[in-house]
Amino acid sequence: MDAIFLQILNGLDKGGAYALIALGLTLVFGTLGVVNFAHGAIFMMGAFCAVTVEKLLTLSVRVRDESVTFFEAYKETPYLEVWFGDTGTAIIDWSVPLSIILAIPVMLLIGIVMERSLIRYFYKRPHAEQILVTFGLAIVLQELIKSFFGANPLPQGAPDIVAGSAAIGAVFGLGDAVVYPWWRLIYLAFSLLTIGLVFSFLHFTTYGMVVRAGMADRETVELLGINIERRFTIVFGIAAVVAGLAGVMYTPVLPPDYHLGMDFLVLSFVVVVVGGMGSLPGAVLAGFLLGILQSFSSMTEVKDIFPGIDQIIIYLVAVVILLTRPRGLMGRRGVMES
Amino acid sequence: MTNTKIVSPKQDLIYMAILSAVVLTMPIWLQPFGAAYPDLMQKFMIFGIFAIGYNILFGLTGYLSFGHAAFLGVGSYTAVWSFKLLSMNVIPALIFGTVLSGLFALAIGFVSLRRSGIYFSILTLAFAQMSYNLAYSVLTPITNGETGLQLTQGDPRVLDRMSGIEANASLPTPNLFGIEGVGYSGFYICAALLLISFFIYLRIFRSPFGLKLRAIKSNQNRMGYTGFSTRPYLMTAFVISGMYAGLAGSLLAVTDPLAGAERMQWTASGEVVLITILGGVGTLIGPLLGAGIIKYFENIFSAFNETVLLNAFSFLPDWLAHPVASVVGLFVGEGWHLTLGLVFMLIVIFLPGGIMEGISRLWRLVTRRNKAEPVAGTHENKEKEQASAGEV
Repeated sequence: MDAIFLQILNGLDKGGAYALIALGLTLVFGTLGVVNFAHGAIFMMGAFCAVTVEKLLTLSVRVRDESVTFFEAYKETPYLEVWFGDTGTAIIDWSVPLSIILAIPVMLLIGIVMERSLIRYFYKRPHAEQILVTFGLAIVLQELIKSFFGANPLPQGAPDIVAGSAAIGAVFGLGDAVVYPWWRLIYLAFSLLTIGLVFSFLHFTTYGMVVRAGMADRETVELLGINIERRFTIVFGIAAVVAGLAGVMYTPVLPPDYHLGMDFLVLSFVVVVVGGMGSLPGAVLAGFLLGILQSFSSMTEVKDIFPGIDQIIIYLVAVVILLTRPRGLMGRRGVMES
Repeated sequence: MTNTKIVSPKQDLIYMAILSAVVLTMPIWLQPFGAAYPDLMQKFMIFGIFAIGYNILFGLTGYLSFGHAAFLGVGSYTAVWSFKLLSMNVIPALIFGTVLSGLFALAIGFVSLRRSGIYFSILTLAFAQMSYNLAYSVLTPITNGETGLQLTQGDPRVLDRMSGIEANASLPTPNLFGIEGVGYSGFYICAALLLISFFIYLRIFRSPFGLKLRAIKSNQNRMGYTGFSTRPYLMTAFVISGMYAGLAGSLLAVTDPLAGAERMQWTASGEVVLITILGGVGTLIGPLLGAGIIKYFENIFSAFNETVLLNAFSFLPDWLAHPVASVVGLFVGEGWHLTLGLVFMLIVIFLPGGIMEGISRLWRLVTRRNKAEPVAGTHENKEKEQASAGEV
């Protein structure tokens, strides 16, 4: 029981990351009709926003180490600590949550620039060419990141206060032995919050309503005199922000390196296809579902029966779904039925 | 777009003769480019085979597979196992590698070809990733996991033992009845195989079968209305291209008898897509060109490092040489993939037909300029100009 409970949690927060990326992919696909293979790279760039912020905050100066008295020793101390003392230390400690403030405008900008300068020329081109050009873009972005930050993973710490584990078992009456890292719980809450925000933006604002109308019938919306293209550009930016924030928050869970994006991209595409191309609830549902399936299949009990199942479960599910329900779990009629 | 004019068999023979001459004299004319060493030329051949096989699927039918590296990997593993169990002769290795990849392609194609478009891409990608993950984890007894499958002294090599060839102190190398699989002789083995596979590929292009594959690309529905079921044709094309990939994979094992799972990773599948696009999708010779160019520049560019660059820019004043060298350094050496990605994007954006389209555009530009002056205004010429203007 305890193990199952923990696996569900595990799956939910992995699924949270999948769902956030898949949500962005689906948004872009539903609005612009573009298959964006560079979306994983956006996720990775979000993660590197966090790395940049941490690097900036810990810009250091060499000061005399007073604790060593035998000889003149120096140590690196961040400027922030020199200037603000303990407040500075606290700011550095909170670098990951703080980077969200930077990541939102940066990712929005990256998304809009990407859409205006490249993607918009590919609306009318075949899907194969969209895939190829964004694949090229993904390679370029990840190589740029690699040349600036190096090839090694760069671990980022969560704030001290949430670095430990939560005694979550006590809350649910499962005994004190059941603990779960705080940060992963925060990630789960964060992804649910973000998903909720995106959905309420689309469903409860006039802007979102117009966007949805554009997704359903672009021409009619244009005929009504609405500049739908500009709105779709903004939506692309929002998709980039969602993926970027997913990346920022994921850094304490998994140290980011330059091919993080590619690793997640393949999985997220599978998630999108399982959920149904162009269906936002489908993407979220499939994200969490596949996350949970993946974490259950990595339990030793399951692995004893089907060795290696944890490695392939997602792809296996995708194959089965695509063959039995060609539109995915919640796919709409008429979307991508070539 | 596609070249559908009737080509006589005689022209094809001339085509083959020219290609053979070009390929077989490679060690001579590649000399000035500094690429005339066997290792690199073998790579040209192997990736040429891989790419033309891929072109049969992607170029003719338009089905974008993102999982072809899986067949390459299966070919490699099979070849190494054939070296280990049967014989160091390359013939069984190549046959088993090709056939087994073909069977593997049959299984994957049976499932994947039920869908088309992006779903097909995702399905092939999913299968390739599955094979890659399995090769790393559960199938370790067969694939030797992360270390990669290697030859050892104690391998059975049944056929070799039976025919009295005993392994001496060093590890045996793959050979073709005594002709070694490495060095120049190895290059000629690869070249011969490339020419054979190119000939088959040429026949497929010219055959009614090839025409039907093109029909699938241009309009599947119409193909169905005229009374053809598309599935068997697609299936055949998929299996053939899988077999080409398997052949390429086993040749990789011949040149270096070591097979690792990273050959099956999806970036490797991306590479063959890249090669084909760069050369020219659906063109006859484009994929070969693409393979040559990418492998050549990979080799040249990866060799650069900072000292080499600083030397190259030593004619600049000192304060300029360092920044220039560091900027250029982004694109060469370790950063070779960055250049590759950029070139790839530029090709897809501006020249979706690849290098071959570029060449034909240039050709048209030149011939039009020459012809336009004397016969300007004739009906025939106008038509031609309109046609070319329409395509540009």
